[in-house]
Amino acid sequence: MTFNILSILPILVLAGFGMIVLLVDVLSSRKLGGKNFLAYISLIGIITAAILTKNSTSTTLFSFSETIIIDNYSLFFNFIFLLSTGLIIMISHSYIKREEINYGEYYALILFSTIGMMLMASGADLLNIYIGLEVMSISIYILTGFKRSKLISNEASLKYFLLGAFATGFLLFGISIIYGTTGTINLNQIACFIAEKGGKSDPLMLMGMGLIIIGLGFKVASVPFHAWVPDVYEGAPTAVTAFMSVGPKAAGFAVFLRIFLTAFGSIHYEWQKIIYILAILTMTTGNIIAIAQVNIKRMLAYSSIAHAGYLLIALVADNNMGVSGTLFYVLSYTFMNIGAFAIVIILSQKGDEFIQINDYAGLGLKHPLLAIAMSIFMLSMAGVPPTAGFVGKFYIFSAAIKSGYIGLAIIGVINAVISVYYYLRIMVIMYMKEPSREFSPLTISPLIIAAIVISVIGTLQLGIFPSKVMEMAQQSILILK
Amino acid sequence: MLNTVALVLLFPLIGTIINGLIGKNLRKETVGCIACGAIGLSFLVSIVVFFGLLRFPPDARLFEKTLFSWIESGSFKAAFALQVDPLSSLMILIVTGVGFLIHIYSIGYMHNDKGYHRYFCYMNLFTFSMLLLVLSNNFLLMFIGWEAVGLCSYLLIGFWFEKKSASNAAKKAFVVNRVGDFGFALGIMLIFLTFHTIDFTEVFSSVSNEGFHAGSFTITLITLLLFMGATGKSAQIPLYTWLPDAMEGPTPVSALIHAATMVTAGVYMIARCNVLYVLSPFTMTVVASIGAATALFAATIGLVQNDIKRVLAYSTISQLGYMFLACGVGAFTAGIFHLMTHAFFKALLFLGSGSVIHALSGEQDMRKMGGLRHQIPITYKTFLIGTVAIAGIPPFAGFFSKDEILLESLTRGNFIYWSIASLAALFTAFYMFRLLFMTFHGKSRVDHHAAEHLHESPKNMTLPLTILAGLSFVGGFLGIPGASAINNFLAPVFSSHIHTEMSGIHTGSQHGEGHPYLMMVISTAIAIAGISLAYQMYIKKPDLPKRLSERFHIFYKLLLNKYYIDEIYDVLFVNTTKKGSVLLWKYIDAGMIDGSVNGIARLVGWFSNVFRLLQTGYVRNYAFYIVVGCIFIIVLTILGK
Repeated sequence: MTFNILSILPILVLAGFGMIVLLVDVLSSRKLGGKNFLAYISLIGIITAAILTKNSTSTTLFSFSETIIIDNYSLFFNFIFLLSTGLIIMISHSYIKREEINYGEYYALILFSTIGMMLMASGADLLNIYIGLEVMSISIYILTGFKRSKLISNEASLKYFLLGAFATGFLLFGISIIYGTTGTINLNQIACFIAEKGGKSDPLMLMGMGLIIIGLGFKVASVPFHAWVPDVYEGAPTAVTAFMSVGPKAAGFAVFLRIFLTAFGSIHYEWQKIIYILAILTMTTGNIIAIAQVNIKRMLAYSSIAHAGYLLIALVADNNMGVSGTLFYVLSYTFMNIGAFAIVIILSQKGDEFIQINDYAGLGLKHPLLAIAMSIFMLSMAGVPPTAGFVGKFYIFSAAIKSGYIGLAIIGVINAVISVYYYLRIMVIMYMKEPSREFSPLTISPLIIAAIVISVIGTLQLGIFPSKVMEMAQQSILILK
Repeated sequence: MLNTVALVLLFPLIGTIINGLIGKNLRKETVGCIACGAIGLSFLVSIVVFFGLLRFPPDARLFEKTLFSWIESGSFKAAFALQVDPLSSLMILIVTGVGFLIHIYSIGYMHNDKGYHRYFCYMNLFTFSMLLLVLSNNFLLMFIGWEAVGLCSYLLIGFWFEKKSASNAAKKAFVVNRVGDFGFALGIMLIFLTFHTIDFTEVFSSVSNEGFHAGSFTITLITLLLFMGATGKSAQIPLYTWLPDAMEGPTPVSALIHAATMVTAGVYMIARCNVLYVLSPFTMTVVASIGAATALFAATIGLVQNDIKRVLAYSTISQLGYMFLACGVGAFTAGIFHLMTHAFFKALLFLGSGSVIHALSGEQDMRKMGGLRHQIPITYKTFLIGTVAIAGIPPFAGFFSKDEILLESLTRGNFIYWSIASLAALFTAFYMFRLLFMTFHGKSRVDHHAAEHLHESPKNMTLPLTILAGLSFVGGFLGIPGASAINNFLAPVFSSHIHTEMSGIHTGSQHGEGHPYLMMVISTAIAIAGISLAYQMYIKKPDLPKRLSERFHIFYKLLLNKYYIDEIYDVLFVNTTKKGSVLLWKYIDAGMIDGSVNGIARLVGWFSNVFRLLQTGYVRNYAFYIVVGCIFIIVLTILGK
């Protein structure tokens, strides 16, 4: 029964900075210049929160009547959220100016959304997790439609909102059924309740669990709850697409693992078969449909579905290696995915033109450094050593094998092979095709270049020297059972 | 002081990176300074390391420095670690010292070339690779250097890649070397399988501890495989054919390949693995026989060649044969000693020939030279010293090292080795002086166009020549019989192992019974005989060679065409491989493999196009999918028990 306000200090700091951004936006003059500070204010907020996160205690700590849990697991995830948000702000800075959507709310919404993710990762009961999820989602619904003069952006926003509300309904329904059958929403107490029953589980409670899978499956874009992804990713402003392809997905997995490995850990045989099938469906659908895409944002959308499938494998594996593998994979995915989107942003023109894959023809000669960076990200997504993506896949597949799911690991590897086709196609087009258009001068700002450099370094660093981060990930696994 | 050894590698690497990345935008002077400075600094550090090593007592002269652990997988460990011992410290001195002079020379030689920065980038990388090769403390790292040397030789031989012959020569060098590398790689794998380590020190100590006896089959196999690698890199029968073609590169590159780097790698490797080699009398016989055969074989080809660089190329092959002969009879010190003196005089001869070619605006045919000694006096004098040194006239460097090999081949080997080596020595003296006389003496046959531009080379080219000439003169004194400094210095590497008694091969260095002074007289007499023969044929009676070649037309043709070995290889290996690979390509690869792969790809692509139709864009359909998923999950949870 503690109310340790310091335990959520990073979240509070971030909230404070979000409001400062709003205030500065209102108070600064309408002329150009004032808004340029907003990105830097947000970055300072992110860095402050990251430093506070790093200095947080490493022992498990409950606060606010056991609704908030601070452990290495949540700290690791919070660090990933802050990193991804920081990179997103860096790539947004020039993008929203170019697209003429340079409103201060943009940064505030991104910060608020990050708060939601951090709450999700630190949530110790279902309701708190739900609140975090809604804070995150509502901010992103708005961000998706941020290009309010564009029809496609509006459409994406509305679709996302409608389907999101629909899916949230399942989640809430599931939570209420769980509460009804177990009498608690606290994850540990749910686990205790199930343990007392001695493995015999109430069908109604299992249904609640199934409904939670649907709600979370929607957030992490698992097939068949994925259908919103391509349309929304395509319609949203590219920087927002990058944002929602990393942070919310990571948050979804943070919650997925926490709920199912702690609360439902003792009845894993009940949910593993469901996740098993979802994992196969998600990987295969994502990878196969990605092949036919001609728009790079849609291709990356399907690729992100496929990556969710790989991460579900780690959930099925249900062992420590799977959890640390997930942490590692999400971190490396942050680098490579945001890096790829940053390059999409640099190469596209106002109004999101030139985002067809064929527009990348001849890039290798025209902008060799960008092409090399893009190649590194693509190789990493395909899982080619010595990149982060390879190590991440390696850990996840090893975790599956360790738990005896050899068939699942084989399907995962086959999927990785299929994915090589569309990732490498980008490289082929960049280097071996004659350019089909004139490359107009690019809008390059120091911030976005810095983001790409950080992403490249991160991707290679994790790929060549993975042991240090892996060690941290191993210390951050959930303390199970 | 020994801790600085990593800098030996670092400087050339930095030079490579700077010139490779931004060399294009730098002024030529800067590019040259960076490249030469890198090797020069590396040379200074090598000196520091060398004297650092000397401060230790001879038995303790082994220093290993691990820079970082590189690969660790199960029991397999490979560290990025360097090893300094008498052998490697001597090698880095030779590589950086001679390399430095060649770099200086290149500034003058290449000053008009448009690929200036590219040239120096490759040269630094070449030196770096060779240093990595000799400094590594395990087989894998050595292999990396070994392969990198091969790569750089490819880049440099094909430096003027617009010329068809140059790019062909580069390809040939690379492919022929691959054949040897294959054996080397297999050898390393077998070493790991046998000893469970690839670290030099551990492998060599476990050889003695685990009691491998002389003639053990595994050791014989390992040493033969390693030797296969050596024949490729060091241009021995049967893999020597790339070296004569390698002169397509710029002349200083030839000097670097022939003298300081690359070809000496094989000799170094065998000397490094002497502990393994002495355990296998069979391999030792193979090494000695191939060495002796190559020495004679290449020397005979050298007798009739007309291209100045080609003569030198065959002489390199022949001299390398001597080194292998020395190693093969167990006289590793003699081999390394000859490697060193050869580095001096062969670098000198190649750079000197470069100076001649430079003076004649690119002419390489000796039949269009003659009488040049007055026009390019410095080149002539230094070249003369180099020629005398390789011919084996005391007290020049080549005399001592070659004499020691001849002596050892008799005392440790047998009379056949000695007589082959002596015959080769006779030929060497003959063809080298033939080269000298045809180029610098007699009547000028230079065509008038080139004669107008005839000039001595600039200072930065003649200075390295002078220094190398000095070294070719005094280098031999390090190994005077009876008071051999190099012998004592290298002794810890070659004689610290016990197995010599068992294998019946002596690795120590006693001179004793062979009447060294008598041998000296004999070998000097042989050299003088060769020289006077050349004098008779090319100065006294210039029409004699022509008459002889008409008289012994078949032999002459055979030698001039290098025994048709290239043509035989073409028929036997190159063409059959080509035909075989066309078959594999058309039927196996394009037909079966591509067919099935493309079939699967087409199937997946078809699925892809079908499934994407599910993406209708209507929210109602998407919600419907969610409901389907929901029903499926609920059915699975409640009913699926």
